[in-house]
Amino acid sequence: MRRFLLFVPLLIFIGLGYFLWRGLSIDPTELPSARLNQPFPAFQLASLTEPERMLTEADLKGRPALVNVWATWCPTCKEEHAFLNGLAQQGVTIYGINYKDEPLKAREWLKRYRDPYAEVVLDQEGALGIDLGVYGAPETYIIDARGVIRYRHVGAVDDRVWTDLKRIMDQLAAEDAS
Amino acid sequence: MNPLLRSILLGWVLALCSVTAQAIIEAYEFDDPATEERFQRLTEELRCPKCQNNNIADSNSPIASDLRREVYRLLNQGADDEEVIDFMVTRYGEFVLYRPRVNEMTWILWYGPFVLLGIGLVAVLLISRRRRRTAVGETRPELDADERARLNQLLEQDKKR
Repeated sequence: MRRFLLFVPLLIFIGLGYFLWRGLSIDPTELPSARLNQPFPAFQLASLTEPERMLTEADLKGRPALVNVWATWCPTCKEEHAFLNGLAQQGVTIYGINYKDEPLKAREWLKRYRDPYAEVVLDQEGALGIDLGVYGAPETYIIDARGVIRYRHVGAVDDRVWTDLKRIMDQLAAEDAS
Repeated sequence: MNPLLRSILLGWVLALCSVTAQAIIEAYEFDDPATEERFQRLTEELRCPKCQNNNIADSNSPIASDLRREVYRLLNQGADDEEVIDFMVTRYGEFVLYRPRVNEMTWILWYGPFVLLGIGLVAVLLISRRRRRTAVGETRPELDADERARLNQLLEQDKKR
C-alpha cells in the first residue's frame, strides 16, 4: 500500500501530460455543428440569380449535395471558388448561400468567376446563417437526399478537405441506392 | 511638421477613433430597465463563436453584432432567459455558454473542484492524525536514578568543553 502511494504523483503526471499533449493538437476554432443530423432549417428566401423566385428548404432536397456559404467580402471564398467550379463540373450538386452580401456584387462575381451553384439562396440579413449556426464564411455543409445535415466544414474546400467530403457523399449515395 | 498641422492631424485621428468606438456597440432601446439588465447579462454570458475569447457584448465582429440583435429581438418578443439560451445552443452548441449548464456532461466541471477539495481535506486530516498518534507514542520512558546521574554527568562534560 505504502509503495503504491509513492506512484500516485507519477500517475497524476502521466494523466495530466496526456491531456495537455492532446490539447496541443485540438483546434479550438473547429466547432462541431450543433445542427448535425438535424433537418436543414426552414427558410423562405429569394434566389440570388432570379430575385423574383422564392426558395425554401424543400428546394435543397432530392439528392446528396453540398451547401456552400459564401460572400464576396470573404477572401477565402474566392480562393475556393475555382475548386467548387471543378466539383460542379464533375457533377457534384452544390447549393450556395450568399451570406450577408450585396446582391449586385454577388451576381457580378458569379458572372466573372463562373457559377458552380445549382441554386443560390440570397441571405442578405444573415438570418438563415444564424439558424444554421454559421460563424464565418466559407462554410460547407453536406446534406443528404432528405435534406438532413450530415457534415459541416468550416474554411475553404480544397483537395485535402474534398477527400473527406467525398467519402461522406459516397456513403450517402450508397445509402440512397440501398 | 509645423505645430498647427500636427495638432490638426492629431485632432482628426482622435475624432476618427471616437467614431469607431461608438460604431462598435450599437445602442438598443429598452422599454424597462429590467429587460436592459437581462440583455446585458445574457450578452455577457454568451460567447462569440468567431472570436472565441470574447463574449458577444464585447466583441465587434459582425457575427457578435448579429447575435446581439437576435438577443434583443427575442427579449422584445417576451422570451425568458432560458429561451434565449436555448435559441443560441440549438444553433451554436453548448460551446457558446460561458456559464455551462449543469448536466451529466458538465458534472465534472461543476463538482470536480469540490471533490478535489474534499480529497485534499481528507488527506490533511489523515496525515495530521497520524502525526499526532506517532507523537503520542514517542513519549520518552522515565529514567531511573543511575541513568539520570549519567545524563547529568554527560551534560556537565559538554558544558566544560
